Amino acid sequence: MAVTLTVNGAEHALDLPREMPLLWALRDALGLTGTKFGCGIAACGACTVLVEGQAARACVLAIGDVWGPVTTIEGLGRPEALAPLQRAWIAHQVAQCGYCQPGQILQAASLLAETPAPTDADIDAAMSGNLCRCGTYGRIRAAIHTAAREMAEG
Amino acid sequence: MSRLGRMTRRTFLVTSAAVAGGVAFLVRKDGQPVPNPLEPGPGETALNPWLVIDGAGVTIVTPRAEMGQGTQTTLAALVAEELDLAWEDVRVMHGPASASYYNGALLALGMPWKEYAASRWQEAAVGSTDVVARLLGLQVTGGSTAMVDGFEKMRRAGAAARIVLVQAAAARLGLAAERLRTEAGAVIAPDGTRLTYSDLAEAAAGIPPPEDPPLRPASGWKLLGRALPRTDMLAKVTGTAEFGIDVRLPCMLFATVRMNPRLGGPMHGFDAGAARAMPGVVEVLDLGTGFAVVATNTWLAFRAADTVRADWGAAPYPADSPAQMQAIAAAFEDHPNATLRDDGDMADSTGNEISAEYAVPYLAHACMEPMNAAARLDGERLDVWCGTQAPMLVRDHCAAALGLKGADVAVHTTFLGGGFGRRGETDFAVIAARVAAALPGRAVQVTWTREEDMRHDFYRPAALARLRGRVAGGRVTGLEARIAAPSITRQMMRRIAGFAPPGPDKTLLEGAFDQPYAIPNFRVAFIECFLDELAQAAGRDPLELRLELVRPEHAPSAAVLEAVAEMSGWGTPLPEGRARGIAFCHSFGTPTAEVVELVQTDAGIRIARVFVACDPGTALDPGILEAQMTSGALFGLSAAVMGEITFAGGIAGQGNFPDYDALRMNTAPQVAVNILQSGGIGGAGEVATPPAAPALANALFALTGRRARRLPLVHDFAFAL
Repeated sequence: MAVTLTVNGAEHALDLPREMPLLWALRDALGLTGTKFGCGIAACGACTVLVEGQAARACVLAIGDVWGPVTTIEGLGRPEALAPLQRAWIAHQVAQCGYCQPGQILQAASLLAETPAPTDADIDAAMSGNLCRCGTYGRIRAAIHTAAREMAEG
Repeated sequence: MSRLGRMTRRTFLVTSAAVAGGVAFLVRKDGQPVPNPLEPGPGETALNPWLVIDGAGVTIVTPRAEMGQGTQTTLAALVAEELDLAWEDVRVMHGPASASYYNGALLALGMPWKEYAASRWQEAAVGSTDVVARLLGLQVTGGSTAMVDGFEKMRRAGAAARIVLVQAAAARLGLAAERLRTEAGAVIAPDGTRLTYSDLAEAAAGIPPPEDPPLRPASGWKLLGRALPRTDMLAKVTGTAEFGIDVRLPCMLFATVRMNPRLGGPMHGFDAGAARAMPGVVEVLDLGTGFAVVATNTWLAFRAADTVRADWGAAPYPADSPAQMQAIAAAFEDHPNATLRDDGDMADSTGNEISAEYAVPYLAHACMEPMNAAARLDGERLDVWCGTQAPMLVRDHCAAALGLKGADVAVHTTFLGGGFGRRGETDFAVIAARVAAALPGRAVQVTWTREEDMRHDFYRPAALARLRGRVAGGRVTGLEARIAAPSITRQMMRRIAGFAPPGPDKTLLEGAFDQPYAIPNFRVAFIECFLDELAQAAGRDPLELRLELVRPEHAPSAAVLEAVAEMSGWGTPLPEGRARGIAFCHSFGTPTAEVVELVQTDAGIRIARVFVACDPGTALDPGILEAQMTSGALFGLSAAVMGEITFAGGIAGQGNFPDYDALRMNTAPQVAVNILQSGGIGGAGEVATPPAAPALANALFALTGRRARRLPLVHDFAFAL
């Protein structure tokens, strides 16, 4: 019983159980390893992807319940064609170990889609579900403001 | 797989130095050659263990693992500075497991003396530790040692390579070497002729490198001293950075492991019938004290493992936290097994005595990337892929587990999704090797669940400290600290070397006995919190008291205290409901002082701001240093506020992030960092962590009038979390 998923613009028919979390379908079946496993219970945000532009925790989202096209970090931008958020992340040299950063960036993308000019309080509210054990929060906050400005200027 | 990835995989087939392209040995100052573990392929030249040149340019081989601390960027900059490379052209790879990449600075950390006052005999002893580290082949990333170890070594690698490249160009052009200059990866002749390092590499490999190449003075640095773009940044923001958990190999199987959650306890048996019946489950393996499930994807392996019923034996330690703390407290009744500083007798000091007991819990490392490794056994050859802080130990422990020779094991070090010392252990790699051995020819990746990771950590030990002090006439006249805890170095050395070294364990008391405070009758010290209690008893300002104690001992330490006071406005009035606390620690060669500023809100206490002043001697990359200080302070604050592993029935009570959390975007303070430079090189990775908890605790006293004497602080104080 195949499940059809659209990931980063490409359609995939997957012969996998419908209850399998999207995280593992991406990582182990499609080889898209940019989406990370951190906790398995939606407590750390490392697995954050976009579904129809909205942040979702892939570790607890069954592939049978995916309601729209999925964007992972690989689809947001590529090394040779970066998204504004990725450029801002580089400008502020945000990543340290980097493991949580794909999830942080996609959570920020979801925030900016809804709130194009977020305040610090907006950022606190949107980003507090994304854990970073390196403590890069200050640079993440600065990068989100930078990306918001760049996206506003088009 | 990249070209360089191929190269390192082949490295372990090398048994002699006679390889394609020629290999020059870099000669150390002491005359001992460092064998080159790299095996270049066609068109590649390894001028020394730290750099490879091919048609596309220079790749710098960094001997230390990148776990977020930025070490590969700065290690590469050390080479590039002397070699005259354009930064945007620099490529970096992690070297293979090899004793050539020993960490000479690491063992020195375990030596029992005050690190801020190394005398000549101590330096001589460090020198011999360096020899021991080479013999043990400790290619270890840890203890904030990479820059201390690499500052000269990496620059010498770059300088020596530059000299032979210039000599090769001089021979080709028929010009004196003195007439040539180097720039952006090429040798330039007076007439503008440009020979790239790629063109010259093969010829340069035939020229003996100088034994003691001159190094450029800091005043001439072009790359060092600047905030450089990190070499790992692009990969880490595009999801293309490969962590251990991301390794994907042809026909790979996915597995997970469940070991006895009572650490070190036996497994009497297990029933895996339901797991074996699940479609896609390939194998359930008996690992003696646990089992592994191998399947066609990780999720299936997790689910199948949940159905296995194992009969776990009892823990070989007191099963519950209260009993564990009692066992630790009982150690106070024994004779101390270490007295690291004894400058007098408490009985000789006069004044009013005060005393206090402090308690800290077990802590987990909780790396964002759960423990994992991939392995494949082909005949007598084992390949292991993982993020590790100790590739040589991974090699040797995996070889021992499978009955192979070390030379038959290739270790491929990926990026580390956090290390914090946890990835200096080898258990995750050995388990993967054992699973792979059961499925010869198949690559298997073994990923731990978060719960397995958190319940099978090598926890930072719980500890109790009993402190006594005396004050008279506004001065501290005596101080005694007694600390009881399981030893870190002994546990670790038993695992690494099979024996525990004699003598006191300095790593346990790091930041305790070796602080530059001149206090008469100074017995073993600890106590940044207790100093505040003494200051209060003496009627003194905590900063002034520290400066009075530190100034006669160590000027750079006094300077960081003065700097942090200035940044934070120490001594200036704060609005009602705000308070500051200060603490200082000299660790890993870098004096670091911190001020924490708290604010009482309706929702609870918030950590509003943190100020960090440190002196790593030389700021090789101020951007990375700033990130490391921020990171270290937040790590320490997270642990102080909420970090705690407790035991019930022998099992850790915390298994995932809701139970073992850390500061997040909405609870983390703003952090300001000031970097002083008094010369020399100190560590950076962890130095901001030790002062964080005491600065916070002292601020809590200033805010509430209550002393914080046990961690985590959430038990006694209401934070806004």
